[in-house]
Amino acid sequence: MNVSDFTYLALFVAVLVAVTAPLGRWLAAVLRGEPPIWLRWLIPVERGLYRLAGIRPDEEMSWRHYTGAILVFNLLGGVLIFVLQLFQAKLPLNPQNFSAVPLGIAVNTAVSFLTNTNWQAYSGESSLSYLTQMAGLGVQNFLSAATGLAVMAALARGLSRKSAHSIGNFWADLVRPTVYLLVPLSFGFAVVLVAQGVVMSFNPYVHAVTLAGTDQLIPLGPAASQIAIKQLGTNGGGFFGLNSAHPFENPTPLSNFLQALALLALPAACVYAYGLLAGARRHAWVIYGVMLAFFLGALGLSLWSEYSSPGSAALALEGKEVRFGITPSVLWANATTVASNGSVNAMHSSLSPLGGGIALFNILLGEIIFGGIGSGLYGMVMMILLAVFLAGLMVGRTPEYLGKKIEAFEIRLAAIAVLLPCAAVLFGCAISFATEAGRSAVGNAGPHALTEIVYAWASMANNNGSAFGSLTATGDWYTWGGSVVMLLGRFGVIIPVLAIAGSLAAKKTVPPSSGTFPTDGPLFAVLLGGVIIIVAALTYFPALTLGPVLEHLLLAAGRSF
Amino acid sequence: MKTFLQSLRLLAGLTLLCGGLYPLAVWAVGQLFFHHAAEGSVLTQDDHVVGSALLAQKTTDPRYFSPRPSAGDYATVASGASNLAWTSAKLRDAVAANEKDFRTQNQLTEATPIPADLTTTSGSGLDPDLSPEAVRLQIPRVASARHLAPEKISALINRRIETSLFGPTRINVLQLNLLLDQLHD
Repeated sequence: MNVSDFTYLALFVAVLVAVTAPLGRWLAAVLRGEPPIWLRWLIPVERGLYRLAGIRPDEEMSWRHYTGAILVFNLLGGVLIFVLQLFQAKLPLNPQNFSAVPLGIAVNTAVSFLTNTNWQAYSGESSLSYLTQMAGLGVQNFLSAATGLAVMAALARGLSRKSAHSIGNFWADLVRPTVYLLVPLSFGFAVVLVAQGVVMSFNPYVHAVTLAGTDQLIPLGPAASQIAIKQLGTNGGGFFGLNSAHPFENPTPLSNFLQALALLALPAACVYAYGLLAGARRHAWVIYGVMLAFFLGALGLSLWSEYSSPGSAALALEGKEVRFGITPSVLWANATTVASNGSVNAMHSSLSPLGGGIALFNILLGEIIFGGIGSGLYGMVMMILLAVFLAGLMVGRTPEYLGKKIEAFEIRLAAIAVLLPCAAVLFGCAISFATEAGRSAVGNAGPHALTEIVYAWASMANNNGSAFGSLTATGDWYTWGGSVVMLLGRFGVIIPVLAIAGSLAAKKTVPPSSGTFPTDGPLFAVLLGGVIIIVAALTYFPALTLGPVLEHLLLAAGRSF
Repeated sequence: MKTFLQSLRLLAGLTLLCGGLYPLAVWAVGQLFFHHAAEGSVLTQDDHVVGSALLAQKTTDPRYFSPRPSAGDYATVASGASNLAWTSAKLRDAVAANEKDFRTQNQLTEATPIPADLTTTSGSGLDPDLSPEAVRLQIPRVASARHLAPEKISALINRRIETSLFGPTRINVLQLNLLLDQLHD
């Protein structure tokens, strides 16, 4: 690493922190239904959508009603993607005449996009029509992101309301961030991306005759619009199979920097917005500090591994692009795995053993270090509830969080929200290890093969979507099993979170006393960090030891497989 | 049932907005101001399309600079990566083979270190760039195949180096090759 690498990293972190507060204020205002003045011209769009759907945005919903609306709406979004894939051959905007997507892949892709996972069992440029990408995948890029924001807003309401029986209106929570935040932000970003060289065309693929006299087909498509929201909405599903490593998806060093920034910007802003919405700004900064510490720690370790593991000089560029270089690629690998984005600009399977292992560890933490847009924050609050519960046990008092008593009901649900994705990962792995269908999908040998399988289930169950691409994920077990796990990892967290929001909203606020464990100081930050590490370590220590750690040791011993 | 109908109608409205109007607006602005980029940064020679500035293409002719090796053999629909691990024997063999091939093609001795971008494959399989060192090592081969003075090619290369605050210095191989065809003694 040289001076320019450190400058790059410092600039990235500085810009990320700098945009957190303005974006957070914007997001909080939008979720409160008070869009910024310069976007008020979009008010007719919001109202038009309500009128079209016959919705009264001020109608309050109980948590059950809210949850029902989320489930029905997201399910329908999935059905739309599914139908588009099956009938794309008969629909317009299919210049390459792609036929229907096979059933298992179509279901997997539909689930993958409705859950904000964006796992790629498909390869866009060789199987999906422009219409499927634009009206199916592209739309869910927005709506799954907005769903995450809605759940976060509902949770914040649960904490700030007193003796209330409702947590807001899902339709309004969905439409407002889409219209006033995601669409305007994506539009600006997409135009910048086109200027950098990301394709945005409805023409058929271009036929070229290369300098060597051979034929080359240049793929096109409406990519820029989709890639902007893919990054901003922690989606991560590529327009092209090789995602943001593909030069048409991420053409320059500048586009790379901006895309890496975009994938963390809104999850970071969510923390700030949560502080505003729940009326706990100092507490939000403590959460932010814990997240940043985890991120920087993981980044530092990965860089150390990538630059100093044996073989680095010869192998570190494998799976990476010349225009990005090693440091920006490692930064991206960490950003995309702490946030549940899952887009890649370098192949994670070809990272150094510990570099890939840390990417995996980031995912296994539960996508709460910034995490998915909205979902990272509410996932983190589940971990916070466990932390205040532990603190309560230590001092022998009923735990409180932001003035609300945390009782058995909340702790039970928080434990489910934290442990369900863990269980999904472990069951997926166990069955994969035990069956031929699971084992035969691997593309490498030795400990790396084990890491491939763990990574796949971790990525799907935690709604990340990145992969060790050496694993062949198109077989029945991984597509169907993966679909189940992605649904569990998404709604198995959302439903408990909304139930907790409903239960907290109904409670009175208790004023802080001398026995209250303060959640806005460094002691709490340490406790929270400890809980996060303990949960992940207790669950995954054996897998991580037998996979990345063992591979690192064998690499040092000069073994290959 | 009410929720279902509301969902259906709202989904229709939002699909129109996010899946129709939004991409069309980006497309319109892109086509208006950045037409060349939006259509794939296509390059032409003698009025026919020879490729895209952003996509590497297979080159075996010694008169042209070779790009990085490609795990998918420069296929574009879809392109491929090796996804091999650092502990993979296949990767070790591939790197050694690429190194040996490059030495043979360019008549380089064991004493010359070969930059890693020439021996490893990229993530996209279509990496359009090379490091300046990787290009310079190919100058003697290209110069002798074209009967050109190496200094002339070297000067062209120096003009083609791209630098960025956000990434390493690099040279676009296809654009360089097209300019090479315009060089005369």
